[in-house]
Amino acid sequence: MDIDLMITSLPKLLIATIVTLKLLSLSLIFGLIIGLFFAILRLNKNIFINKFAYGYSYVFRGTPLLVQIFIIYFGLGQIEYFRSTFLWVVFKEPYWCAIIAFALNTGAYTSEILRSAFQTIKPGMLEAGRSLGISSKIIFLKIQIPIAIRQSLPAYGNEIILMMKGTSLASTVTLMDLTGVAKYIISTTFKPIEVFIVAGSIYLFMTFIIHNLIKFLEKKYQY
Amino acid sequence: MELLAFGKTGWGDELLIATLMTIAVSITAMLIGFLFALIFTPLKLSKNKFLNLIGNSYTTVIRGVPELLVIYLLFFGGSGAVMFVASMFGYNEYIEINAFITGSVAIGIISGAYSTEVFRGAIQSIDKGQFEASQVLGLKKFVYFFRVILPQMLRLAIPNLSNIWQITLKDTSLISVTGLVEIMRQSYIAAGSTRDPLFFYSFAALLYLLLTYLSMKLINRLEIKYSRGF
Repeated sequence: MDIDLMITSLPKLLIATIVTLKLLSLSLIFGLIIGLFFAILRLNKNIFINKFAYGYSYVFRGTPLLVQIFIIYFGLGQIEYFRSTFLWVVFKEPYWCAIIAFALNTGAYTSEILRSAFQTIKPGMLEAGRSLGISSKIIFLKIQIPIAIRQSLPAYGNEIILMMKGTSLASTVTLMDLTGVAKYIISTTFKPIEVFIVAGSIYLFMTFIIHNLIKFLEKKYQY
Repeated sequence: MELLAFGKTGWGDELLIATLMTIAVSITAMLIGFLFALIFTPLKLSKNKFLNLIGNSYTTVIRGVPELLVIYLLFFGGSGAVMFVASMFGYNEYIEINAFITGSVAIGIISGAYSTEVFRGAIQSIDKGQFEASQVLGLKKFVYFFRVILPQMLRLAIPNLSNIWQITLKDTSLISVTGLVEIMRQSYIAAGSTRDPLFFYSFAALLYLLLTYLSMKLINRLEIKYSRGF
């Protein structure tokens, strides 16, 4: 055991944790928007819209995250026309490519979680709202959304943790996140166990925080 | 399309072999995972506090740490660990472990943690009466586990195990970082030498979709088979 290495690598890994947290929070925010959008499409009665949303979630849940990142980072740059559009400013950065891939991936899982949450809402609650003369917009915002949030919290908590682990793949497209820096230290010092313990503890600590945060929210939104 | 031709001109045969490699690694990893689950499920269910702690730390650590980090640990530390064990038996030569074994063990450790949780849940949800009835009938421990508990456990566990299979299948793409030539690695090589990453990575995505689709079909049949009578 090389305790010195563990101590000297800790600050480097903690700085890298900031990158991981940034990646995680941005992809979760975008993912939630995408997920909500596709969950609403899934509940649509139009069969084409419905099938489109199902196809999206099927493809993104059925392929590895690594392939998705590689298609976006290496693949899209290949299209001549794409490189001349303003989107290229975003897509040439590995940072944004990773976030887009993560957001699309977590969006697919989130849409499934939200869809099933919306479907578990008892029709009686909506009927009650309607019979009180509440407009359907208010019913959606004030009845469906809060119940769906409560219903989807446990599953969404798992998704956050999975996504946090997923951000480690950013290291494959040259980003120096927690895993990227850990790998760099391992490959220069050849002390994998020490670095694994430090980096793993940071990840475990984040898992612990997320887990407890979700537990707290579950209690808060209990009804 | 000529990029996918078989033989020397295209990448068809290479990708086919790579797909078989992905399947082989996934199955090996899944089986190694079952082995780990077989060891750690009893620990998690044990009444002994210390054994319990070992079981819980395994599932908590592995499920809370990124897969890639576990793979790096085994990739860089695997041969060192094996050499250390070998040196205790007096063997001091350099030992190199091939990428297939490292990869399957790494993914196996990960899928094992999830399998352990599934088996624990399945055993705990079997009615207590079933255990008592087998004891009353005087069944031998071996018989009652394989004839009474296991069939009921499988029915409860198969839907969750199918999820784990899907996760394992997708996780094997991460082994490409160690250089094992599976779908992802082969696409990387092909994309590099043809300068056509979009095509090859999209094709890789298609192959994974095909694998997940086919395995779902197969697992659904198993599910029907094991839920007969319910």
